[in-house]
Amino acid sequence: MRGDRKALSPPRGAVPGALNDRAPSSEVDTCLSRQDEPMSEFGAAFAQAFDLIASLDGDFVEIVVRSLYVSLVAVALAALIGLPLGAAVALFRFPGRHFVAVLLNALMGLPPVVVGLTVYLMLSRAGPFGVLDLLFTPTAMVIAQCVLVTPIIAALTRQVVEDLWRDYSELLRSLGAGPARALPTLLWDGRYTLFTAVLAGFGRASAEVGGVMIVGGNIDHLTRVMTTAIVMETSKGDLAMALGLGLVLIGLSLAVNGAVYMMREVAVGTPP
Amino acid sequence: MTATLPLTVTGLGYSAGRHELLRGITFVLDSPRRLVVLGPNGAGKSLLLRLCHGLIAPTAGTIRWNRPDAKTRQAMVFQRPITLRRSVSGNIAYALSVRRVARSERAQRTRDALKLTGLEALAAKPARVLSGGEQQRLALARAWALRPDVLFLDEPTASLDPAGTSAVETIIDAIHRAGTCIVLTTHDLGQARRMADDILFLNQGRLVERAAPDDFFDRPRSAEAAAFIEGKLVW
Repeated sequence: MRGDRKALSPPRGAVPGALNDRAPSSEVDTCLSRQDEPMSEFGAAFAQAFDLIASLDGDFVEIVVRSLYVSLVAVALAALIGLPLGAAVALFRFPGRHFVAVLLNALMGLPPVVVGLTVYLMLSRAGPFGVLDLLFTPTAMVIAQCVLVTPIIAALTRQVVEDLWRDYSELLRSLGAGPARALPTLLWDGRYTLFTAVLAGFGRASAEVGGVMIVGGNIDHLTRVMTTAIVMETSKGDLAMALGLGLVLIGLSLAVNGAVYMMREVAVGTPP
Repeated sequence: MTATLPLTVTGLGYSAGRHELLRGITFVLDSPRRLVVLGPNGAGKSLLLRLCHGLIAPTAGTIRWNRPDAKTRQAMVFQRPITLRRSVSGNIAYALSVRRVARSERAQRTRDALKLTGLEALAAKPARVLSGGEQQRLALARAWALRPDVLFLDEPTASLDPAGTSAVETIIDAIHRAGTCIVLTTHDLGQARRMADDILFLNQGRLVERAAPDDFFDRPRSAEAAAFIEGKLVW
């Protein structure tokens, strides 16, 4: 299937997407002669991309499924850690609580490549977890995305739970509920807002490329995911594959956001 | 079984920074009466309730209950009803679970509390969609389900219309008749006349006088109380 696709590669020596002043004159001619074609080329690329999606191309589906697997597992793990962590920082009083809150907020902006590099060092043969032999596996990618997403979920959870605690604290303390009893109550009562926090984490995980590229290696049929595949296929000039994956990525984002929006609407209309 | 009362408050004070919000409050509550804490806005009524209920620690004086586990035998209803994002009956069941009431007993207590407050038909409704009056009745139902010996009510009708106020006062009466001591704050003179067996009059963080309602309204001992009754108290 992939062999049938027309490679839309830029001329040798040309910088993709820009005029290259240093290109040989014959190649400049080629570029100029193709200037009236880009719209039709983009149209063809889009058509091929839609074909790829509609025909459920094997390679294509494999990449999409792996991407979803890696991101969903990473976000699930990050939620398991981040939700109680954020709620605990909001509810319990301990020395350094404010520092932890600031740290969580700061870690929301962790650069993915730095996370990738750190996880790489931890999992490499010389690293402390090298013996686990996880480098260049989907598990390593899950770990990298989990590290990236956990602070986002924890920081947003802290804010949500702190606001709820402000509303509920007198009632819960009056009933005799301490912070440990209040924690699951507030997580449950803040569930619709917290879904948004988890969704923000999913958005970050599914769109991330630097970290998974470093620890996963973008190995075909093993660790290639949508974002790393888009980077690779674009550099190869296989715009159809890149566009197809890009469309699926956007579609997924829209679908997940739409689902959460609907859920919130239903919740606001008739909260359980 | 040892009774929760008497409650003995001695030299109670509370300061926030350099501001003394309550000072030298001393009184004893020794029987399950309806004690109304009366006073203008900012007199320290709500603060006194929170201190007695243990939500805030005093900065001066002592609060002594007759039994060490008295906290678990009290309940409080706040001026602004606080409802959890659960159904009406779910709100009551949650309070019972926090107080470790046996599961077998929860359903019956929930039904009783809903019946007392007239919320049976709304049992399955989300609490957040109730009107203000219904939410306050739910708060009363949740508190009553705990079978408290003492029920603290912080201006429970402050944001209600006359019909809502009347409904809430009827429920409070029923709870009191069942043997619960009521401690209620208000700045509403009419409500104090209707509800009080005993009045504590507070002004500017001080306990100005304690009296039976007839004595308080007909023969106030202090100039401040007289001015408050005439609607002339300015501070």
